[in-house]
Amino acid sequence: MTLLPELPQGAVRPVLRAPAAGLSGRAREVDPLEPDVLALAADLLATQLGSPGCVGLAATQLGVPWRVFSLDVTGHPRTRTCHGPMVLANPVIESATRWEKGREGCLSVPDLTGDVKRATRVVVRGEVPGTGESVLVETDAFESRAFQHEIDHLDGLLFLDRVAGAHALHARQVYR
Amino acid sequence: MRLVAVTVLGHDRPGIVARTTQLLAATGANLEDSTMTLLRGHFAMVLVAQVPGDANTTAEALRPLTEDGSLVVSVREVPEEPTAGPLGSAYLLAVHGADRPGIVSAVTGVVAAAGGNITDLSTRLRQDLYVLLAEVDLPAGTDVEEVSSALAQAAARLGVDVSLRPVDTDVL
Repeated sequence: MTLLPELPQGAVRPVLRAPAAGLSGRAREVDPLEPDVLALAADLLATQLGSPGCVGLAATQLGVPWRVFSLDVTGHPRTRTCHGPMVLANPVIESATRWEKGREGCLSVPDLTGDVKRATRVVVRGEVPGTGESVLVETDAFESRAFQHEIDHLDGLLFLDRVAGAHALHARQVYR
Repeated sequence: MRLVAVTVLGHDRPGIVARTTQLLAATGANLEDSTMTLLRGHFAMVLVAQVPGDANTTAEALRPLTEDGSLVVSVREVPEEPTAGPLGSAYLLAVHGADRPGIVSAVTGVVAAAGGNITDLSTRLRQDLYVLLAEVDLPAGTDVEEVSSALAQAAARLGVDVSLRPVDTDVL
């Protein structure tokens, strides 16, 4: 199983910030073998890697309403299981268990963070852009949280929609 | 002892909470509930206390706070209220979108029309992004789907996103 196909040269693209309309609404399924999907995957990973502190990026954040995201939690202190850099199309959460609260931020909401309850164990099914391989990824801890955050983006949801209470939002001074 | 509500509003600086509570403590007041935050950088505190005198004597005791003109203090007597938990179910209402007048009134209007009671509210404006978070008790028997649908319609008119989710009520 490879979650990182051979990608074309990706471009760093501008990231939408809330309240941009492109962040709302459900993104649509894609054909993972389409060259445009592979090119988008390359742009996602390039943009993510070019954004300090960013561990994942969804296509909707680039204004593209397709179900594709990139992820890489390598080296993050809260990471346990780590699949390294990856791109995934048409992801579906097959199971989600062991819910815990944690602090999240988002490149599209640069001024705020929030306390969000997420499953610390997930199994995610998806397809690898370029190869079309259907994969089942089982992970935990920080990578599990990141999967749920990115898949929420593809459903038009931000962490703001999931915060735990009226006082669960906090100011933040990073990403500037 | 009488129950009073004290509000302190104005220019923020270190030491306001300490000074306010020192002055209250010197009167023999006993603090019950309190909340304090910064609203666009302004200090805002409300507290409820049992005081030996009345609202007037408490206001007099707090007068030093207002001497430099940067803070406004008000004290009024309030009745005891029941503090039992809600009878309905708790939900978190989240609204976010481009800032414009009328977001809070439109969505809280939907909640009120459904008989819902807002028990906690915070809103934030960060550049163009407006975020409202409200904890809402909906009466038992409320058709939550119907409320969600009415909220979605109101949100669509305002061009904002809305969600209504049950509050996590896990206890150890």
